[in-house]
Amino acid sequence: MTVLVGYVPNAFGEAALSAAVEEAKRRHERLLVVNMSRDDVLVDAHRAGQDQLARVGRDLGELGTAFEVRQIEEGNDAAEALLAVAEEEKASVLVIGIRHRSPVGKLLLGSVAQRILLDASCPVLAVKTG
Amino acid sequence: MDNITSLIGGFGDVLSPMNLLIALLGVTVGTAVGVLPGIGPAMTVALLLPIAQDLEPVQGLILFAGIFYGGMYGGSTTSILLNTPGESSSVVTAIEGNKMAKAGRAAQALATSAIGSFIAGTIGTLGIVFLMPQVAKFAISLGAPEYLAIILLTFTGVTAVLGASRIRGLASLLVGLTIGLVGIDFVTGQQRLTGGLPQLADGIDVVVVAVGIFAVGEALWVAAHLRRKAGEVIPVGRPWMGRSDWSRSWKPWLRGTVLGFPFGALPAGGAEIPTLLSYTAEKKLSKHPEEFGHGAIEGVAGPEAANNASAAGTLVPLLAMGLPTNATAAIMLFALQGWGIEPGPLLLTKEPALVWALVASLFVGNTMLLLLNLPLAPAWAKLLQIPRPYLYAGILFFASMGAYAVNSQPFDLWLLLVLGLLGFAMRRFGLPVLPLIVGVILGPLVERQGRRSLQLTGGDISGLVGGPVAWFCYVLIVLALAWPLVAKLVKARRGGSDLHDVETKTEVSV
Repeated sequence: MTVLVGYVPNAFGEAALSAAVEEAKRRHERLLVVNMSRDDVLVDAHRAGQDQLARVGRDLGELGTAFEVRQIEEGNDAAEALLAVAEEEKASVLVIGIRHRSPVGKLLLGSVAQRILLDASCPVLAVKTG
Repeated sequence: MDNITSLIGGFGDVLSPMNLLIALLGVTVGTAVGVLPGIGPAMTVALLLPIAQDLEPVQGLILFAGIFYGGMYGGSTTSILLNTPGESSSVVTAIEGNKMAKAGRAAQALATSAIGSFIAGTIGTLGIVFLMPQVAKFAISLGAPEYLAIILLTFTGVTAVLGASRIRGLASLLVGLTIGLVGIDFVTGQQRLTGGLPQLADGIDVVVVAVGIFAVGEALWVAAHLRRKAGEVIPVGRPWMGRSDWSRSWKPWLRGTVLGFPFGALPAGGAEIPTLLSYTAEKKLSKHPEEFGHGAIEGVAGPEAANNASAAGTLVPLLAMGLPTNATAAIMLFALQGWGIEPGPLLLTKEPALVWALVASLFVGNTMLLLLNLPLAPAWAKLLQIPRPYLYAGILFFASMGAYAVNSQPFDLWLLLVLGLLGFAMRRFGLPVLPLIVGVILGPLVERQGRRSLQLTGGDISGLVGGPVAWFCYVLIVLALAWPLVAKLVKARRGGSDLHDVETKTEVSV
């Protein structure tokens, strides 16, 4: 069984990551960190660079939990990609960061977090930044 | 000093609220399309042609000139941040610019390119003010045979000098000339290449050709290569330069301007050669040659200035002689014809107000671009996060609407699709697009001048080579065409000369 966390290189991603570490310790399970970037845009702010992923790996290594860092670079839907990994790895819990959005933002763009919350077959831990 | 007085008159025409608004719109749209790789000023001007036909000629030209200059500024942003130059003229900027961005100096690279573009653009536009009337005065004295020779020189320039391959350039030019032939012969009234279709009797509208080749062709090409790993966001910050950046940048700016403008002003110029020359010169002259290849600011400042100065230079043959040497200028020339204005040597005499208002708008647009690009660079970089399917769906929509708007006949949409597929095939097989569009627009003109020369001499072929100007042009054409052979012979004799080295580098990078 695995604790799966969707990681993005910003405050929300860091919050989700630290909650996921706590969860993995509590459950004595492996931690799987997934970073997803879309392949139909030129640059993606959600893409974690090599040095960022290396830093995550170093931090997790120091904590002594079993972990794996995975980068997904195909597809254009983060929710779909994360749910597919959760299914495949039989994740016991899925950790994501969530945030407030403006009414206009909600109208224009779908919410990745909302679709994960509704469609996931495993429990989802939604983390807010402090 | 006549020029200055006329220019001040031009400023008087431009500085009305409506015209300033149009200039602002032009430079904003131009920067946006410049930032997005694959969408260039030529495509945008082509898409806007149907709308521009309803504007006043002055306002339409101000809009187009804004897009033209704006595209230059925007193009460098993409080269620096993404290492994907939107146009061949910013290929060289990407070499050092992207290295600087990766080393965390994106802000300085963007600043030196924006300020360099502003300085080069302003000096280049001043160059237009002083050079263009002289060239026009000279061009009026030319007869049909000389004019024919100059157009042929332009053809040679866009096919043989600017592209990577002469054969591909020539193939593209011939396709363009063939498209230009479709319709009724203006002397004998025969139908040519119409296949009996009444819709083709008036020829293929250049709007449809330009939109099909640039917009539809590019959209299909991108759609065929849609999946690609996304890049990381490079933090931009507000562009600024330190004292050492200024002292290292100002000389390359001026040298780049001096290199770029004459190349642009030649009827067979272009921005690729001067940007490359500027890069090589800066590399040789730099006090920090070891930094080249790792993000030297001189390698961004020089080529960027050369690029913009050459863009300004291309307006000299366009306004003084009606000769376009880049795709955007070609479509601007067509727009002029659409307004019922005959481009050519007489443009400045017949429409002085229009020409000087355009030149004044270049100064205004250039200043706006500096103000728009320097503080707002991070905002422009955000455009790169738009998913490409949305972008190209929008382009296809506007392309179809524009093509249909020309004659309101569904036939044009089929034509658009066929030309789009042609544009796609040309990109697939590495054929440059510029010779085609120049061929379509200048083809009918070269035919008219050629036949007029022949009529003057009653069909005697010697009528085609009248006058020293014509001789000079034909010698240049022969030189340009024979250059690879000559270079090969020289190289064989000397065993690998520097000159040939530069030549091969040009061919790789263009």
